[in-house]
Amino acid sequence: MSKMISYEKKNTPIHKLSGFTKLVFFLLWCFCSALTFDTRILLVMVVLGAIIYIVSGIKWKQVSGVFLAVMFFMVINLTCIFFFAPYQGCQIYGTRNEICHLFGGYTLTREQLFYEFNVFIKYFTVIPSVFIFLVTTDPSELAASMNGVRIPYTVSYAVEIALRYIPDIQDEFHRIRNAQEARGIEMSSKGKLMDRIKNTSAIIFPLLFSTMERIDVVSNAMELRGFGKHGRRTWYRKKDLTAGDIAVLAFIIIFFVASMIITFHDGNRFYNPFI
Amino acid sequence: MNKKFGIKEVVAMGIGTALFVVLTNVQIPLVIVPNTALQPRMAVLAFFSAIFGPIVGGVVGFLGHALGDALFYGSVWWSWVFPEAVVGVAIGLFVKKYGVEEGKFADAKTIIFFNVVQVVANAVAWIVVAPVLDILVYQEPANKVFIQGAFAFLGDIIIIGILGSLLLAAYSRIAGKSSNLKVED
Repeated sequence: MSKMISYEKKNTPIHKLSGFTKLVFFLLWCFCSALTFDTRILLVMVVLGAIIYIVSGIKWKQVSGVFLAVMFFMVINLTCIFFFAPYQGCQIYGTRNEICHLFGGYTLTREQLFYEFNVFIKYFTVIPSVFIFLVTTDPSELAASMNGVRIPYTVSYAVEIALRYIPDIQDEFHRIRNAQEARGIEMSSKGKLMDRIKNTSAIIFPLLFSTMERIDVVSNAMELRGFGKHGRRTWYRKKDLTAGDIAVLAFIIIFFVASMIITFHDGNRFYNPFI
Repeated sequence: MNKKFGIKEVVAMGIGTALFVVLTNVQIPLVIVPNTALQPRMAVLAFFSAIFGPIVGGVVGFLGHALGDALFYGSVWWSWVFPEAVVGVAIGLFVKKYGVEEGKFADAKTIIFFNVVQVVANAVAWIVVAPVLDILVYQEPANKVFIQGAFAFLGDIIIIGILGSLLLAAYSRIAGKSSNLKVED
């Protein structure tokens, strides 16, 4: 089981921002990266992302495992794109500059390389934003600040509960798996498909039923404390939006709108260097 | 707050999402096609949808997939997050018909009905929504995304069909029994 990224308390300008600001930044940043194929915008995002990453003081050790996993999936994805559609780039950019013939029906073209380069740097625009969001955002504070901007507190609370219980359920998962392994149930990648489904369900069954019990316990506790009785509630970790938050929000909205205009103004999402 | 969406649903959304996220890494690889494997977490998603309804199912699918991707893989593939919500909502729409909490999820008719719903839901999600979003948003090659979608569809209907049905049937047996007391003559 790979190590997960988790919140770490620190004192950097990024940590001081409100959770809501970081959530909006993260979402707009992701959508921007998904929608644009303009290489110039993507490169600006890579540089900005790297700067924010350095400012946020994240330790490399904390994220390196996940980073390597992303790289692994990225390489598979890029290879697959090439094998399934070696001329996707030519289709997109409308020209064809061959570099060399590889084998069979596969010829390496500059357009394809450029298209895959775009897909490649897209990963590097999203990765830092994910790391920054997860490592610098306090779950309780995030829920409080989401409610602060009129998101119903039931929704904020569901998000908070999710973030709060991930480590607990993970512990439980490990306990159950160890217990089942001690009983001699094979969990590794050996064995036939049906056997593996059966063995996996030896973990899922107890885990799911203990989770259902946990839901009962938590919801009873919340009911006893009168959760949901009033239309509003107060939060222990509430922080008001500061001038810094407003500035960051204004920046990301302007950045998002501007890059959408640059991307779509010529009716094509791609920046074409081949014309 | 109305009764239909109470405290239990809020907690179920939260803890269900957490469980879905934890199970992100429990996968049974099928073939070497990127990002496709038998995902036991899909069975858990179907379980929560079938018990708590479409809103909880949709949120668990959406939030769980986005968070799970972010926490384990460091990037979020949005065009596959939305179909996950589609599956959750679609299965949850027929929550009344399954009657899991009343112990009705035991006879063949209900289980077959559940499986028909899940196959249709998965077909819409992975053969229509996911590839179309992949092409629209990420401009990926069409044949690649349809093949990935088809494998995801197959993997999900297998795991929900087997593990999901078993989980629901087992839970229904326990939850349906309100007590062991019998009325005396």
